[in-house]
Amino acid sequence: MSWKKVAVPVAALIIFGFFWELLVWVNGWPNYKMASPSDLWPAFWKFRWLFLEYGWDTFWRTVAGLVLAVLCGVFLGMIMGLSRIMRDALYPLLVGFNAIPKATVVPIIALLFVGQHDMNTILIAFLISFFPIAVSVSIGLSTLEPEYRDILASLGASRFTIFWKIALPKTLPEFFGALKVAVTLAFIGTNLMEIVEPHGRGLGHLFDSGKISADYPLMFAVLIALALMGILLYYVVVAIEKVFAGWAERAPT
Amino acid sequence: MHRPLIDIKGVRHAYQTQSGPLQVLDGLQLSVPDGGFSAVVGPSGCGKSTLTRLIAGLMKPDDGEVWLNGDLVTGPKSIVGMAFQNPVMLEWRTILQNVMLPLEIVSTNMSKREKEDRALHLLALVGLEGFEDKRPSELSGGMRQRASLCRAIVHKPEVLILDEPFAALDAFTREDLWQTMHAVKAEEPFTGVLITHDLREAIFLSDEVVVLSGRPARTQYVMEVHLKGPRDIEHLYTPKSADALNILRHQIQIAQGRAPAEEAAQ
Repeated sequence: MSWKKVAVPVAALIIFGFFWELLVWVNGWPNYKMASPSDLWPAFWKFRWLFLEYGWDTFWRTVAGLVLAVLCGVFLGMIMGLSRIMRDALYPLLVGFNAIPKATVVPIIALLFVGQHDMNTILIAFLISFFPIAVSVSIGLSTLEPEYRDILASLGASRFTIFWKIALPKTLPEFFGALKVAVTLAFIGTNLMEIVEPHGRGLGHLFDSGKISADYPLMFAVLIALALMGILLYYVVVAIEKVFAGWAERAPT
Repeated sequence: MHRPLIDIKGVRHAYQTQSGPLQVLDGLQLSVPDGGFSAVVGPSGCGKSTLTRLIAGLMKPDDGEVWLNGDLVTGPKSIVGMAFQNPVMLEWRTILQNVMLPLEIVSTNMSKREKEDRALHLLALVGLEGFEDKRPSELSGGMRQRASLCRAIVHKPEVLILDEPFAALDAFTREDLWQTMHAVKAEEPFTGVLITHDLREAIFLSDEVVVLSGRPARTQYVMEVHLKGPRDIEHLYTPKSADALNILRHQIQIAQGRAPAEEAAQ
């Protein structure tokens, strides 16, 4: 782990901010058209306690939705990966479900469980993010080369042993690939619920209040806060992946 | 004559396909004595891999019987070891852990220490000393195949099934591995069946070459190999070996339907 690994992305962020600032300044845009990075800091500072409180709401709901998505996604993926019939039966259902814009599901969920804001938000985060996990796990399991199975099966190993010793670990790289996609999707889900069905909590609510009070720098500040949380959670997943599926990474040559 | 260790009697098998049943084996006979090593050759797609799965007990024949060491095979037995053309390794394990995999399935009375020692001993035998802690991705194709061979015999199987294990290797690596096979057999005697497309490999490694007919496969021709015991590559370049190879090549042509079958009568 060299300092470059941290310095390069940080430098990229700073350069990005610089060009953003430059763009706004050159065009002379007022901050209701496009806020510049220098407008954001005052907004962050002014609402720092709300950012902490609502940021935490959004964060834990997203993580909860993600955990649910992992559990259900892996379970569905296992069923579809191990049984042809279940795969044929469930794929069209899942694809159809995933094709429905989640913004249209929000009012349905909100009406189904009136007032259960935490649960509703978690549900949307889950619904939007389990699909890539289910698909990748099922593909990982169903594309297991028969030789892998034969080596253990010829020794009389049970299906569970084969799954536990070979199929499951072999699917981990695909699983983590999907989890990285799911992380960002889950944030979209959480905020969708918080913005479309405002209930006074979460960064989505803060965004909404910025809109209502025409505080444009605040709206941009919320977006940046979401981006930062997305990056943070993404790298948490990367760190977990390193521990459990680090073997899949080739040594640099 | 003592009882053969592998005895395949009149095995018939068909796969169900969309265009009806596809007969792949039709009256296949094969018997290998204890300590014997038979090579099975035949045209592409004639059902050789089906044969390996039958011996391993991974599938049941429609008709006929497969006997291993006096027992009728009805399902997987832990007394076989398998190696394939694709030396599948568990990429998340070290080479040593890969080799020890069968010992985690088969019940043995070996201690952890003994298992490890045995795996290390086999790795040294095939020339992989010092590679035990490497990951499979760090090894070349030939080295992976060597490790795969160790894994196939680590649990001292009574029967070793090799399904074209050297087919994907370059010619020099392949010849190296042929030599390794003899070294392994000298130290760890096994009874085996080798599926191969390479007639030189068949003669160099086995005691007996069985030629299968085209699909549906039956036993078309059996040739006892004139070479005995461990051998050198030079033995492949003697007139006797050339004669044997010619006979086999001719038999393959008959199996492919490219030469008249009358000459096959023997």
